[in-house]
Amino acid sequence: MNSSSRTLTIRSIFFLLPSWFLLLIFFIGPILLTFYFSFTNLALTGAQAQQMQFVGFDNFVTMFQDANFRISVVKTILFLLLSAIIGQQLLGFLLAFLMKEKNTTFRRIIGIIVIAGWVTPEIVVAFCWVAFLNDNGTLNAIIHALGMDGVTWLYTFPLISVCIANIWHGTAFSMLVFQASLDDVPKSIEEAAKMDGASKLQILFRLIVPIVKGSIVTNMILVTLQTLGVFTLIYAMTGGGPGTATQTLPIFMYNQAFVNYQLGYGTAISLVLLLIGVVASLFYIRSMKVQV
Amino acid sequence: MKKWILSGFCMLFLIFLSACSNNEPSSSDSTNEKDSEKTEKSEISITFRTGGGTNQGLINWLNDTVIPKFNEEHPDVTVNLVPLEVSEGDYFAKVSLLLQSEDSAPDIVTEDTFMVNSDASAGYLEPLDDRIEAWEGWGEITDTVKKGVTAEDGSIYGVPYNTDTRGLWYNKELLKEAGITIPWEPANWEDVLNAAIAVKETFGDEVVPLWMNSGKATGEATSMQTFEMLLYGTDDPLYDFDEEKWIVKSDGLLSAFQFIDNVYESELGPNLSQVLNGQGSSIAYQELMPNNKLAIGLDGMWQTGNWHENGPAPWPEFEETLGYAAMPTENGQEPGSTSMSGGWALSIPAKSDNKDMAWAFIKMASTPEMNLDLQLNDRNITPFQSASEDSAYQELPFFEEATSFVETTNFRPAVDKYPNVSTVIQTLVEQVVTDAITPEQAVEQYQKQVTDIVGADKTIER
Repeated sequence: MNSSSRTLTIRSIFFLLPSWFLLLIFFIGPILLTFYFSFTNLALTGAQAQQMQFVGFDNFVTMFQDANFRISVVKTILFLLLSAIIGQQLLGFLLAFLMKEKNTTFRRIIGIIVIAGWVTPEIVVAFCWVAFLNDNGTLNAIIHALGMDGVTWLYTFPLISVCIANIWHGTAFSMLVFQASLDDVPKSIEEAAKMDGASKLQILFRLIVPIVKGSIVTNMILVTLQTLGVFTLIYAMTGGGPGTATQTLPIFMYNQAFVNYQLGYGTAISLVLLLIGVVASLFYIRSMKVQV
Repeated sequence: MKKWILSGFCMLFLIFLSACSNNEPSSSDSTNEKDSEKTEKSEISITFRTGGGTNQGLINWLNDTVIPKFNEEHPDVTVNLVPLEVSEGDYFAKVSLLLQSEDSAPDIVTEDTFMVNSDASAGYLEPLDDRIEAWEGWGEITDTVKKGVTAEDGSIYGVPYNTDTRGLWYNKELLKEAGITIPWEPANWEDVLNAAIAVKETFGDEVVPLWMNSGKATGEATSMQTFEMLLYGTDDPLYDFDEEKWIVKSDGLLSAFQFIDNVYESELGPNLSQVLNGQGSSIAYQELMPNNKLAIGLDGMWQTGNWHENGPAPWPEFEETLGYAAMPTENGQEPGSTSMSGGWALSIPAKSDNKDMAWAFIKMASTPEMNLDLQLNDRNITPFQSASEDSAYQELPFFEEATSFVETTNFRPAVDKYPNVSTVIQTLVEQVVTDAITPEQAVEQYQKQVTDIVGADKTIER
């Protein structure tokens, strides 16, 4: 390394220092603190709020023996599969695919409708859906008007209800990602395939999907991480109930930390949630054999 | 070029310095600071729970009686009401969070007595022993209620402003039509179920036969008004005071869960979408009961606060329409009926910056006359002996019944882990109600979860 490039390196390190400093305080610090708290019995009230103790892996042992934790993992995976993978991802792709090569006005109208869901804040989405699915909500009003008996949607089909709300909220994101990548598929290749007698399905699965594989994986990772963190929507719609019907891991974590006052246990659950996100992302990358 | 970099760096450094600086006041600012400190000191804030008509009586009392009187003596002091509009379950967590920091801690907080011990051990509350010793008013308060504000360390952490009892509200007209003799005096749990069945057979879906808080969202109300009202009617309480251990397995636990399961299996309870809701209590006592859509409700005497002319759901006829029966024991065994008592207290957070003024406020608000005024608004049982002898108080509707329940009442174990055990109860009750688990499984889980919380050496089986 010659002297001028060394000066440049030192200078750039110097300029980067403030951002490193900020990252350390506001990002790495809290993560390390969470990591530390998850090995303690820190509580929100009671003696342990003042004098927490290091309890080793106790929180994790308790967690894996807790039937409610297992239920929450199952609910989280179901919520993820139904609302993120099947719902947002597939629906988003389908919408983008159907809108491909349609005229601009058509694309714009559909686009605005779908994006309306995306720009609406999560808490507003929750209230809209509660207003729609409530016992005295719009859907039951329509059903009554047709002369039939209403259904207590949020209590009879709670998981499906929150999944639909999450799909409604998040599909636009997938659609936008896929729209951008589908536009990149060269028209000439598609036309060549058509000339060779490929059917529409063959073009889709053997040509377009392999080309946009990278976007699919990226989107899958983003949508998964977003959905794993969904709290407001479920909490406002069902509070994680009835019983444990919609108790996903974030809700379970909140309940342990702020309802049962066990902050240490709550942070341990959040670490597991983080781990699930990492494992799922690695799984997608491996299974689709793409480089990110 | 180098000059540009150098000057850029200097700018950055200056910005950084100014952002990190302490904003130390210059000498000319110090007078202003003193002034602002003075204004800060002449303000006190009170935190309590509100929303859906909750504590309307308390708010009216503070605004109309206490604050004007306090301002006569302390005209410079501003009293700020800082209500938390949250569900019952969320209130205690929010308060704990507020009390952790000097920036957010109010000067006075209303504490449910079951949280006093736990918040005191967390160091959130100020011990009041010295102040109470120098205050003659303390002698006016009945001794049983004082236990609720005394923590395990023997110190006192609040001044109680009410206590309560629980029983069975019933609509005389609906029960009469269902063929039940009025006044209704159920002798055991079966009588309660039979009355509910009779109502169901007479009115079908028109009327909810029996309302008990049953969800996590109604928080402590589910533990106390429902589960503990049942459990203490069996021979097994929550906690064995002689052994100082939690009873984690007993016939009583199973009976209590079975009763709750029975009510919902036989469709004698309300619609789950109504009862598993943070607003459950308001739905029952502000909507259903005043409209003759609810026959029996297991709840506290303060519910009458909903129906008087200044309440959130005025119902002039409630005195004639309703009856208030004592909750019977499981099989009618001694003492025949049961109740639970709790109550609320005014406490000073350890991190309040105006403790003396807060204490002056509490002292002034805690006289028999002031408290009588609160009960006439809020409709609870007064902890002041002399206030309870006042004729206006004794003429309050259902006062006589509610006070008679005191004879057989029980208190929640005032030990550190009670709030955690209570949340276990709430979750299990909701799971039984929604058929996620059977009463037998609920008992098993209760044993496991409570043992995890309090430690195996603090538990016994019966």
